Amino acid sequence: MRGKFSNAGERILAAIRKFLALIVMVGPTGFWLVLFVFVPLVFVVVISFMQRGDYGVEAGFSLQGYLSVFSALYGKTIGKSLLLALETTALCLLFGYPFAYCMTKAPKKMVSFLVLLIMMPFWVNSVIRIYAWRTLINDNGYLNMLLEALGLNTIHLMRTNGAILLGMVYELLPFAVLPLYNSLEKIDPSLLEAASDLGAKRHRPFLRVVLPLTMPGVFASTIQTFIPCLGLYYICNMMGGGTDLYIGQVIERQFLSEAHNWPFGSALSIILIVLTIVMMKQYTRIGSLEDMA
Amino acid sequence: MADIDAKIQAKKRRNRLLFNSAAITYGSLIYLFLYLPILIVILFSFNTSRMNLTFQGFTFDWWGSMFSNRTLLESFYNSIIVAGASTILSVIIGTLGAVGMYKFEFKLKSVLSNSLYIPIAIPEIVFGISLLMFFSSLHVQTGMVTMIIAHVTFSMPFVLITVRARIAGHDRALEEAAKDLGAGESHTFFRVTLPCIMPGIISGGMLALTLSLDDVIISAFTNGPDAKTLPIKILELSRRGVPPDAYALSTLMIIGTVVIMLSSQLVQNRMLKKRGEETVSP
Amino acid sequence: MDQPIIRLTGVCKSYGDNEVVKDLNLEIMPGEFLTILGPSGCGKTTTLRMIAGFEEVTKGQVFLAGVDVADKKPYERDVNTVFQNYALFPHMNVFKNVAFGLVEQRIPKAEIKERVQAALKLVRLEGMDNRMPSQMSGGQKQRVAIARALVLKPKVLLLDEPLGALDLKLRKQMQHELKHLQQELGITFVYVTHDQEEALTMSDRIAVMNAGVMEQLGAPEQIYNHPATRFVADFIGESNIMEAYVDSITESGIKCVMEFGDFTIRRGDYADEEMLYICVRPENLRFTAEPVAGFNLFGKIKEHIFMGSICKTIVKLPNDQEVFRTAPPSDGLLPMDSVVHLSWRPTECSILRTKEEQIYNVIESSVEMEGFDARQIL
Repeated sequence: MRGKFSNAGERILAAIRKFLALIVMVGPTGFWLVLFVFVPLVFVVVISFMQRGDYGVEAGFSLQGYLSVFSALYGKTIGKSLLLALETTALCLLFGYPFAYCMTKAPKKMVSFLVLLIMMPFWVNSVIRIYAWRTLINDNGYLNMLLEALGLNTIHLMRTNGAILLGMVYELLPFAVLPLYNSLEKIDPSLLEAASDLGAKRHRPFLRVVLPLTMPGVFASTIQTFIPCLGLYYICNMMGGGTDLYIGQVIERQFLSEAHNWPFGSALSIILIVLTIVMMKQYTRIGSLEDMA
Repeated sequence: MADIDAKIQAKKRRNRLLFNSAAITYGSLIYLFLYLPILIVILFSFNTSRMNLTFQGFTFDWWGSMFSNRTLLESFYNSIIVAGASTILSVIIGTLGAVGMYKFEFKLKSVLSNSLYIPIAIPEIVFGISLLMFFSSLHVQTGMVTMIIAHVTFSMPFVLITVRARIAGHDRALEEAAKDLGAGESHTFFRVTLPCIMPGIISGGMLALTLSLDDVIISAFTNGPDAKTLPIKILELSRRGVPPDAYALSTLMIIGTVVIMLSSQLVQNRMLKKRGEETVSP
Repeated sequence: MDQPIIRLTGVCKSYGDNEVVKDLNLEIMPGEFLTILGPSGCGKTTTLRMIAGFEEVTKGQVFLAGVDVADKKPYERDVNTVFQNYALFPHMNVFKNVAFGLVEQRIPKAEIKERVQAALKLVRLEGMDNRMPSQMSGGQKQRVAIARALVLKPKVLLLDEPLGALDLKLRKQMQHELKHLQQELGITFVYVTHDQEEALTMSDRIAVMNAGVMEQLGAPEQIYNHPATRFVADFIGESNIMEAYVDSITESGIKCVMEFGDFTIRRGDYADEEMLYICVRPENLRFTAEPVAGFNLFGKIKEHIFMGSICKTIVKLPNDQEVFRTAPPSDGLLPMDSVVHLSWRPTECSILRTKEEQIYNVIESSVEMEGFDARQIL
């Protein structure tokens, strides 16, 4: 009997020990996510329905934040921002896809070095890299010097929407290339051989085999360029003219500069959150989340 | 017949040559695009002119003067402190989480697993304003601590996911073997599990370090009046013009990061090579 | 008589509703080479893992050297395991892998060195100390895994399909080496495999498992020549299994009828109209042009298949069941499509009762050979 009793006691002890181990290991992650991700996001949702105040927000229910978002003035801002994100994504895919494709054709030994080369610019902070672009695209900068030397017309790029687009593509191209490369690299070369063996000619194996198989990668790239593009306000600040604003800049101004309208900034953020969730949901249908990171 | 064959062969070879040279040219142009601004940063750190418009002449002046630019140096130290502290914290939390999720089954596992992608997917600006409102509603003065917290929040999921990917390929029989040979729980962890997942921890840590050093937006919303990181300081300076000593400091940082990253890569690859695994890039 | 080194009494293991091991009773003697044989998913690996301590026992008890080990963690049990895919630590070289358990026991460095060298010598891997596992072939990794387990001088070595990943030739060679090693060291080996040939060559005794139940326990010859259940007859080697009913019991024996013929077996404890499985090994089945006394069975030769040292002759019975005989090709072949009569020596067939297969198991594991024989006809 005594043996049985101590046995049961030990089992309970073991269960407690296991539970404690679980809390010690997974607890910090859970705690951190709840306290610094979930709770702040709840703040965003709640504040978006509150009243504007001197220090950003005041107690009381109000839909004013959302009403401003859907006003004609900011409707145009949102439309313009989405267009910029769309253009950025299109350009990143257009330049990134062939680039990723070329990388898969590189000698095996070089590939990991080539991937490293894409990542390395991140090691220099992006503010200074974007700032350096200003030197390049200045009216009297090296780009125009080169154009003059080639006997071409100079272009005025600095402080235009074109400059913002350039900055966005520059910043986001590496994020577009990596998922594309990962999905291209996974393709078994024998599939291409099988396709040509089955009578697919010239570019047909590419269109019928490679492109469909890399669609998850294309979608992942799209998400990784489209969504961040809406938020990269400092690129708009540094490259743009500052006359008409993009959504990221408008949000920033509600918090860091003169405007101090938290409910409005939160309501605008909710739009970004909804957009993100919708795109992620679509993505999880065709690809796995692991491939995104 | 043989003649036609030879022709086809020659055509194929010509096509391949054409493709290769086109690929190399195109690839180089893209890399040039990515590295052009960095070359400018390095070049202009030796520029005699204060204006970053054209290269006027060569000088080492800025490399000397940056050490007397107190605000710049301070923000540089802040960057190092924030990056160091947040990397260490997110490596500890993320590794514990990844190992815990591998070892145990529990109810909210899939919820937790999916939640990891929230801070990754959501635009940084949303994340930044949510933390700003959170801290100021609780009357927490933003500064170094809030910045470290914010950086841990966005880099910890990356560490966890990287380490978890490493553990996924891990053979559970290794832990059983260790216990079978007489090692208790903690010895099994420190002698077998930890060394096996170390390459994942290193690359997770390097990722966290990179993200922290490069971060602008989230730091912009969580910094304090006396606690700014280098990117934030440069962002502020950029309105009036970035002085060349910032370029010199950035160049120094480029060299520093490249050395750290490459040596960590080297360590990691040596570990993997010894175990006969494929080497990786960060 | 020696005390069993391992004793399982009424051991059950279930995952939720899924019962993987059902009421297992097994005694393993010191110095014995016992093989647990069965198809994948039969519970053999689970049984091994319960002995090692990686799985908890749902019901029943496991005794190691007479002590109930329910509360003992794997690292507190005096058994060591050789894993299916070796489970060598990838970050340690051969020496460190083998020394792992000794380091845990805080043995002085000099002694560790000595014992590791001795263990490596035992598995013929001298001088490989500094190799990393990734630089070794499958066979070499296997030896390291064995040395790593043996260096701790366990009372029992558990081997979980250790040769599964090796190619055929290497597997044969390793079978012999393992058997020699076991005889040389006198350690108890509990060996799990799905390869019946491996089990027959190496073991002192074989426990055949199917669907969580131990169907038969016995020496290899016994298992092969006198399978206790239809499953064992089918799984070990090849068998012709025919169904027959007890028709009439007379002085000279029992007359059995099939759909298409009849034959007589020696008297036994069978009831009227009981259904039996008649199980004849292909090398024991005989095809003759003329009828044989006591047998009224025939079929038509359908195919001869040349297989090198033997030739397989397939005969189709009137009910479309196919039976076959294997014999050296030199024996002379009956022409295709000719009608042949089937027979066998009474000693060379096993008769299995259909209903009470399970009961025989229990009897069989406790009753001596004589008791076993009673169910065999002559």
